Amino acid sequence: MKYGLLLHIARSLMLARFKQTMVAAVGVTFSITMFIALLGFMNGLNQMLDGLVLNRTPHIRFYNEIKPNPDQPIDQSDKYKNYTNTIRSIKPTSSRLRIYNSSAIIQTLEEDPRVLGVAPKVSTQVFFNVGSSDISGTISGIDVPAENDLFALSDYVTVGTPMDLTQTNNSIILGKGAADRMLADIGDVIQATTSRGDQVQLKVVGYYQSGLGELDNIQSYASLQTVQKILGEPPSYITDIQVKLRELDLAPSMARDYAALFKINADDIQTVNAQFETGTEIRNLISYAVGITLLIVSGFGIYNILNMMIYEKMDTIAILKAIGFSGRDVNIIFINIALIIGLAGGTLGLCLGYLAGLGIDQLPFETEALPTIKTFPVDFNPRYYLIGGIFSLVTTYFAGYFPAKKASGVDPVDIIRGK
Amino acid sequence: MDNRTVLEAQNIDKFFYSPVKTQVLKKISFSINRGDFVSVMGKSGCGKSTLLYILSTMDTSYQGKLLIDQEMITDKSSSYLSRIRNEKIGFVFQFHYLLTEFSVLENVMVPGLKLGKLNREQLEEKAMEKLRIFGMEDHALKKANQLSGGQKQRVAIARALINDPLIIMGDEPSGNLDKKNSDIVFGIFKELATDFNQTLLIVTHDPDFAEKTDRTIVMEDGRIISH
Repeated sequence: MKYGLLLHIARSLMLARFKQTMVAAVGVTFSITMFIALLGFMNGLNQMLDGLVLNRTPHIRFYNEIKPNPDQPIDQSDKYKNYTNTIRSIKPTSSRLRIYNSSAIIQTLEEDPRVLGVAPKVSTQVFFNVGSSDISGTISGIDVPAENDLFALSDYVTVGTPMDLTQTNNSIILGKGAADRMLADIGDVIQATTSRGDQVQLKVVGYYQSGLGELDNIQSYASLQTVQKILGEPPSYITDIQVKLRELDLAPSMARDYAALFKINADDIQTVNAQFETGTEIRNLISYAVGITLLIVSGFGIYNILNMMIYEKMDTIAILKAIGFSGRDVNIIFINIALIIGLAGGTLGLCLGYLAGLGIDQLPFETEALPTIKTFPVDFNPRYYLIGGIFSLVTTYFAGYFPAKKASGVDPVDIIRGK
Repeated sequence: MDNRTVLEAQNIDKFFYSPVKTQVLKKISFSINRGDFVSVMGKSGCGKSTLLYILSTMDTSYQGKLLIDQEMITDKSSSYLSRIRNEKIGFVFQFHYLLTEFSVLENVMVPGLKLGKLNREQLEEKAMEKLRIFGMEDHALKKANQLSGGQKQRVAIARALINDPLIIMGDEPSGNLDKKNSDIVFGIFKELATDFNQTLLIVTHDPDFAEKTDRTIVMEDGRIISH
């Protein structure tokens, strides 16, 4: 009852200065709209850019690396192991790229509940023969369905589909850059030389375009069997095992554990793409900073308008106090005005922000580099709406707090006597 | 009729500190009984308004003691004083001071809503009744700033009465009105005093006005010289 009265007075004060109140509310609306649109847009772009790399990067990659043994014989001899030994010109042992016992490893990984999926791969270097010149490239032999599920391969195959690889023998999906250089059309047969010197003929069934030009010049895909055949290796020959996890954050510890268990190398995504995470974080930080600045600026607008309102309404405040309203009541009235402005302006801002997001989402955005993107990406994460809503109330509360405090401190005698 | 004291001032001193320390009230002591119609008279600057603000609990920086309804008021918390003002004191100022954002009826109701003893419907009825006493019931739904000065003052008096206060205080309530309206206002006060046994304390510098009240306290240079 009593609070209702204060609310009623707040409402009347606002209606009496409707235009001013509107200006304050529009300020909040504008800043919340911009906040939502900006964050949605920025994060949409962010996720797209992250996706460019992260979608295609396995969370953990197992492989054998050709490198010198860190445990040299001299370090094992009883006599010299406590010395500082300098050995020059160490060469790697004749280790192989092949992962031993790969099928057992894959089975173990697939049984791990933390693992979303496993995709084996064979990578090999080749030279594509174009007339008298050779173009170097990499052919990845992939388990097509697994690769497609885990790494969204079909998003990046602009012509043809990845499944064509399984249906046509000795087929290849060429990187767009390489294909342009070779003038290879779909259905053409191209010739490649393997690292062992064998010549093979492959039929082009599609183009691959990742958006990273350098990659598109080199990377091509073929089925696992095709590459094993090119290399003259048996079907157990696997050089990479790619793993996608349910929880990205588990990658470093799992990589460590399994590397020790299988005695092979394991790279986790965090280590490989550390600079990427940093970039994402900084872009996020910038968009939040800009958004919050907008809100604070609108907070000053509210502060100004409430301050002016209080100067205009000195008589009203004095009379309210004279007829028995306490300083606290007056304070509540003005805080209420601020919060109503914040709530109304903020709610409208959230709606307009959503509409702005939908609008941006419709804008065409076509670029060679990003074959799957047709319009600007927008992230409609409800978190931004929550943050925007809460922040609009918090800023308006603080914008109202100081004027309200001043109003509650008004001495009615000064006003009544002063006339 | 019980004639107990409703307001009592004991040795009230008041200083102004800016620009220089000056004593505006010197050892003011007097009391008002229920049903008294008292006027405070004095020249401009003699401290009569200052005294009224102290008596009304709005000004709390004074020395001495103030009792309202035989209860010690000095040094009470400001929210307690707000309640006292709301419940026991009705105000009429020189410059009407209605809330321009509200209708006449709402203006009269606001102190009652604040007190919260009656619900909205009951208060509305009561407010209309008070307005009827002053012949203002036809204007109930107008905005406060659509009224003339005399009408505003009548509404202000109606508002002062809404919580059936112990005492009505007026600060030159007719000071800003012409002779005709001034007489109407005086007539209302007189009627309240005689018909409703309402206690009234009115500050004025108009000797004619003061003469017609039951009792006149005359002030000069911060002292009471007769009462």
